[in-house]
Amino acid sequence: MLRFIAKRVLEAIPTLFILITVSFFLMRFAPGNPFSAEIAMTPEVMANIEAKYGFDKPVHEQYFSYLGGLLQGDLGPSFKYKDFTVNELVAQAFPVSLKIGLLAFIVAVTFGITFGTIAALRQNTWLDYTIMTSAMAGVVIPSFVLAPLLVLIFAIGLDLLPAGGWHNGAAQYVILPVMGMSLYYIASISRIMRGSMIEVLNSNFIRTAKAKGLSMPYIIVRHALRPAILPVLSYLGPALVGIITGSVVIETIFGLPGIGQLFVNGALNRDYSMVLGLTILVGALTITFNAIVDILYAVVDPKIRYA
Amino acid sequence: MTLLNVKDLRVEFTTPEGAVTAVNNLNFSLNAGETLGIVGESGSGKTQTVFSMMGLLAKNGIVSGSAKFKGQEILGLPERELNKIRAEKIAMIFQDPMTSLNPYMKVGNQLAEVLVKHKGMSKKEALAEAVRMLDAVKIPEAQKRLNMYPHEFSGGMRQRVMIAMALLCSPELLIADEPTTALDVTVQAQILALLNELKRDFNTAIIMITHDLGVVAGACDKVLVMYAGRTMEYGSADDIFYRPTHPYSEGLLKAIPRLDSVGEELPTIPGNPPNLLSLPTGCPFQERCHRVQDRCRQEAPALHNFDAERLRACHADANQILEAS
Repeated sequence: MLRFIAKRVLEAIPTLFILITVSFFLMRFAPGNPFSAEIAMTPEVMANIEAKYGFDKPVHEQYFSYLGGLLQGDLGPSFKYKDFTVNELVAQAFPVSLKIGLLAFIVAVTFGITFGTIAALRQNTWLDYTIMTSAMAGVVIPSFVLAPLLVLIFAIGLDLLPAGGWHNGAAQYVILPVMGMSLYYIASISRIMRGSMIEVLNSNFIRTAKAKGLSMPYIIVRHALRPAILPVLSYLGPALVGIITGSVVIETIFGLPGIGQLFVNGALNRDYSMVLGLTILVGALTITFNAIVDILYAVVDPKIRYA
Repeated sequence: MTLLNVKDLRVEFTTPEGAVTAVNNLNFSLNAGETLGIVGESGSGKTQTVFSMMGLLAKNGIVSGSAKFKGQEILGLPERELNKIRAEKIAMIFQDPMTSLNPYMKVGNQLAEVLVKHKGMSKKEALAEAVRMLDAVKIPEAQKRLNMYPHEFSGGMRQRVMIAMALLCSPELLIADEPTTALDVTVQAQILALLNELKRDFNTAIIMITHDLGVVAGACDKVLVMYAGRTMEYGSADDIFYRPTHPYSEGLLKAIPRLDSVGEELPTIPGNPPNLLSLPTGCPFQERCHRVQDRCRQEAPALHNFDAERLRACHADANQILEAS
């Protein structure tokens, strides 16, 4: 197992390297630079600024100096938020996204697996249809529709929760964003779970378990859950990355100081180092979570062994 | 003593194309310690017959009639009541040992849970008993194998595990659904020998479902020959094996390869089993029968006594068939 983990870490290095290189040059070849959107500057001022950030040097030199900084864990200065480094900005924003993301993830997995299992057990009854219709709705309603709806119902209509803000992650400020984030994933996990549970329940070894005189709840928990959860597991790695980093709309609507806002502003302002830094972060998270999923696979399925 | 008494057993499936009668008014009975062979081609309703008694039919299956186990009606029992009979009184071995064990659970746990559930044993006692039973079905190094997963066993070994699992509670009736079909010929013989030994040692009655008449000859007391969900012939194994009175039994017997008929082509029954959705009027076997008469196409032959011991459903003259064999 240790060898497998070491192997995955070593494999991650070239993957990340390619990701960094491609992103770096893509950004540079896009027209304009971080300062071209600002109010008219005299060519002399512009040249001064470019010299300060090293834009006057050839691109490959910039690339190597960026790599050099990266090796020391330095993501460089932000071009948009002056006086801040990317490290500082990410360190501020990441915990916000992580908290919302992890909570939404736990909610999504818990409800997704439960609803999916119930729907599978009550296949083709009104309960199944209700769950699956809601899940379909959950998948197709975009978050920019869902989030304002939640605000309308819980903040304005019922006046139960605040409409937005962060306040250091106080519970009442977290609930609505977590609901908004998790609904899509509850819906997709239930759909996957229902399908795989139905398949497992029709398999021969479940019939054997029934013939052994075991009760249905026992069979579900002890015999069916493990195999049924495998397809969900492979979905969870990428889903967790998406949940943590991809919440631009939710963060904007609820006014949360998370990663998503940095991403959008970075892209709009051609904030090179910010976009690169966040790309590296998302890449590293994706690689990590996929590796964790692979390890969990071996835990769940005894036929998979890592050497 | 009659252990199992089945009367007018009927299994129907509702399908989008219409109702399919998989088992059509089956009657048979079984005494303690006796072995009944149910014989027929694929799709003749053998498996559905026993599934209906174990409450294992697919959701669209409807069962009617009666199956009394020691006087207790077991058809249509609620799940709770049925679970007191399953494994404890009636146990089952399935056709495909490769997929019938849970690939995600250790074999020891799969065995032990039966005893924990039915006998209220502790996990530790149950595992000890599991080792004893694995020994009884001749699995070497049983203790070590408790911690292994099914994929670490060969097909024959898995079927032994299935048999051990079925025998844990010393059931009075063991249903073996083609227990040797998925196995190599040499392993088949071992498994059959094992079942015969266990039957002797535990005095378990067995329903042996098979399409291999060789298995029937070696193991069964009584035989029920099924075709298209109906009884074609029912009687003692010796009678049906050596003195068949039904053209279908006759055909099945002729299709067994013989060592003393070198070089001849193996006789077969021409054609395929009928589509249960559109059975012909009259006898379901008519299209493949070499003794077919006009009458067979108009009315289905009723099941009638040939002698005190034997039932048959055929319009053809039984004595003619007897002479031919």
